[in-house]
Amino acid sequence: MAIWMSLSEAVAAFVQDGLCVALEGFTHLIPFAAGHEIIRQGRRDLALVRMTPDLIYDQMIGAGCAASLTFSWGGNPGIGSLHRFRDAVEHGWPAPLAIRERSHSDLSNAWVAGAANLPFAVLRGYTGSDLRRVNPQIRTIQCPFTGEELAATPAVRPDVSIIHAQKADARGNVLLWGILGVQKEAVLAAKHAIVTVEERVVALDAPPNACVLPAWVIDAVCLVPGGAAPSYAHGYYTRDNAFYRRWDRISRRRETFQTWLREHILSTSDFADYLRVLNSSRQEIPQ
Amino acid sequence: MNAARYTSEEMMTIAAARTLRNGAVCFVGIGLPSTAANLARLTHAPDVVLIYESGPIGARPPILPLSIGDSHLAETADTVVSTPEVFRYWLQGGHVDVGFLGAAQIDRFANINTTVIGDYAHPKVRLPGAGGASEISSNAKEVLLIVRQTRQSFVEKLDFLTSVGFLTGGDSRQRAGLRGGGPSAVISDLCILRPDPIDRELRVVSLHPGLSRERILDNTGWRIRFADDCCETAPPSGMELEILRDLHRRTRAVHGCVGDIA
Repeated sequence: MAIWMSLSEAVAAFVQDGLCVALEGFTHLIPFAAGHEIIRQGRRDLALVRMTPDLIYDQMIGAGCAASLTFSWGGNPGIGSLHRFRDAVEHGWPAPLAIRERSHSDLSNAWVAGAANLPFAVLRGYTGSDLRRVNPQIRTIQCPFTGEELAATPAVRPDVSIIHAQKADARGNVLLWGILGVQKEAVLAAKHAIVTVEERVVALDAPPNACVLPAWVIDAVCLVPGGAAPSYAHGYYTRDNAFYRRWDRISRRRETFQTWLREHILSTSDFADYLRVLNSSRQEIPQ
Repeated sequence: MNAARYTSEEMMTIAAARTLRNGAVCFVGIGLPSTAANLARLTHAPDVVLIYESGPIGARPPILPLSIGDSHLAETADTVVSTPEVFRYWLQGGHVDVGFLGAAQIDRFANINTTVIGDYAHPKVRLPGAGGASEISSNAKEVLLIVRQTRQSFVEKLDFLTSVGFLTGGDSRQRAGLRGGGPSAVISDLCILRPDPIDRELRVVSLHPGLSRERILDNTGWRIRFADDCCETAPPSGMELEILRDLHRRTRAVHGCVGDIA
């Protein structure tokens, strides 16, 4: 049953070194505040899962939190490369990163399999692709009815999934809307789930068929306004595209990244403090 | 009347937009494919249905999305479904007519690489990866590819085959059990290529205005062939240019950049 707590309490309680951890959110509602808190608490050797690593995993990989990454598209959307991710893959900095690369269709199927308590996903995919050659987890299975050969891949079952949502009520029931990605599946597939939210409300007032995650499938709910920035929260704030562009310059060199990390994450107490530092540094650096 | 001035990039986007037929259900990749698909929607194909992998179906963004999950896509779509649903029900379910994709490398059989340049374990350049492309390329009824043409991108041998075209040519794609029809056209900044109906090797079917065959040969990593009836691409019309530039202007005003860099 969901318990309202601070994000630092939730990360301390559920995210331990060496666990398999997924922070999901497909461009929208990316749980940046939670990623920052994991960096701040100095977690190491995490087996990270996320379809689109985005800036948040670039930051976590560069900060040395990750031992491995399961993913399907690793770029800075509309800008180019994730430089910290590339540095880890190409040069093993700050630590070697084992990659388990899959496709979007596969990983979204694997999330569904995880949520459905099945050991593997089955899909029409990977035929002819070299991804099969470099990822031994991508295998084939024969349909017992037609004999057709299909791709089979392991379900995603993280120790902890973390998502960001728009609203939660006092009991910890969560409502999210807009682009939903795989967040519902991520929560249902994990042993433990942490949800950060924009707003705590008296009642969700959710229409039928809305994406509501009941309090009893969630462990911790944390109030973190702005917690998906620089991604966006539909109905609350827009995507900070300027930061995505700035990140390309910040992250390109190890030194500028480390300075940014020290000033914005390691020296700040929480996400509100980070936003305060970010806003003051934004005024100093021309866009 | 003087011919309108335009860039090779504009010619590529406009030629790509023209290949998308009105009414098609199109699964769109971010970047150049999204620009071309939206230009088609704003010109000759108002009834095209754009599907983005983040979940919007029937998106009509007023500006180009910078990321695959921009709010403009969700706000203007007929419906927004979850990402698993997009891939399972809509793509694998057989509802996508056209997949519209880009690539870092392409070979003579229109197989594409979006994963690495160099060796996979020790890459020279680590690219973003497959995303939705590997299953779009295998499951869409037809695939359009938009790729800038250089010797580095049009290669004899891919460093990594991320998403299938016609594999080793002939009927190899069909024999592998792939359901979708495969690439029907490749649009570059120099020319338009289509697969030969028998051997499935790409042939240049149309040169963009003013470009020589030598220019194409110089920018292709294999001995590229030209169709017997190879012609010249019609130059961009004033209206096409105006609508494309207006789209970029609106996008720049909101995002601060043009939205088709990736």
